[in-house]
Amino acid sequence: MLGALVIVFREAIEAGLIIGIVMAATRGVADRGAWIGLGIGLGALGAGIIALFAESISGAFEGSGQELLNASVLGAAVVMLMWHNAWMARHGREMAAEMTAVGEAVMTGKRPMTALAVVVGLAVLREGAEVVLFLYGIVATGTSASSLLLGGVLGLAAGAAFSALTYCGLLAIPARYIFTVTTVLIAFLAAGMAAQAVQFLDAAGMIDVLGRRLWDTSAWLPQDGILGRLLHTLIGYTDRPTELQLIAYLATLAVMAVLTWVATPARAQRATA
Amino acid sequence: MRGIVVVRGIVLAAVLAGLSLSSAAAVAQEFNLVIRNHKFEPEEIRVPSGKRVSIYVSNEDATPEEFDSTALKVEKVIPGKSKALVRIGPLTPGHYEFIGEFNADTAKGVVIAE
Repeated sequence: MLGALVIVFREAIEAGLIIGIVMAATRGVADRGAWIGLGIGLGALGAGIIALFAESISGAFEGSGQELLNASVLGAAVVMLMWHNAWMARHGREMAAEMTAVGEAVMTGKRPMTALAVVVGLAVLREGAEVVLFLYGIVATGTSASSLLLGGVLGLAAGAAFSALTYCGLLAIPARYIFTVTTVLIAFLAAGMAAQAVQFLDAAGMIDVLGRRLWDTSAWLPQDGILGRLLHTLIGYTDRPTELQLIAYLATLAVMAVLTWVATPARAQRATA
Repeated sequence: MRGIVVVRGIVLAAVLAGLSLSSAAAVAQEFNLVIRNHKFEPEEIRVPSGKRVSIYVSNEDATPEEFDSTALKVEKVIPGKSKALVRIGPLTPGHYEFIGEFNADTAKGVVIAE
């Protein structure tokens, strides 16, 4: 049972972290609960569908279907996160001012929740498909299934609790800074996803350059340990990055910075100068 | 805006370079692995270092397995009763452990690059 709990929790931790950050980034938005709920629901549905077709996906594109799917999902999430940060650069200042002025006032309207709901959905989809396959394997074997299944369910619950913990931690940040913090977190989240995406393209055989390992810090901070795993999701920590991964990581951060700079209204720029 | 165009250009160039090179380097060496009763057979594979290597993993169990290795940078689900291709390398000489994540107690193996 403990084994199942650990495996499911490990898969749930990444989606949980992302949901927690998205909840914090959308603080004060009226219908965010519905949007995020929709993202989780559709993501879980998609995970089930992917698990169902795992064999045909795996066999597609000369055996690279799974890697290409993962790379596309990550790539789409990176684009959505860029859109969100660009939008926040344009409107975030007004929102933060509004929040400090009227306390916990609810913001309505124009905020594009779609981008972040999609990010949540994609995170649940990617991690969820593995959980579904794992749990299916348990059910299919029959023996001692119920105890393992219980472990799986507890693992999911632990993932949800972790998500809530992330959210509460971020809520402790004063309202004036919260959007700055979540924008920076989202930029690093996206950079880490981009680095993962290029590795999947490499595994798919689509890219065959700059695959050399840059360094190996697995002895000090293993990526599959708890801390390594958290840092992996949060800032894209990789204990054995390739050259291409580092390039993708830095390029994503650079694009984020440029987008933010371009999207910031000139009025706001003068105010800070 | 120019910054984005430049970065996009660099990324695109890198991808295109990768695509053109990948066809040239298609002569990756091939190895076979079998998953049976939640164990890898063989549990040890010796591969040449500095080269791309293809490992064909055949899962003969009825349940899915996940070939998982942070050392090899691979995470791939292999459905029950099916085959999958795992691409690794180029590796520097050394030991690279991998597990079947869904049955981590029994499914263990190591790639030795030399």
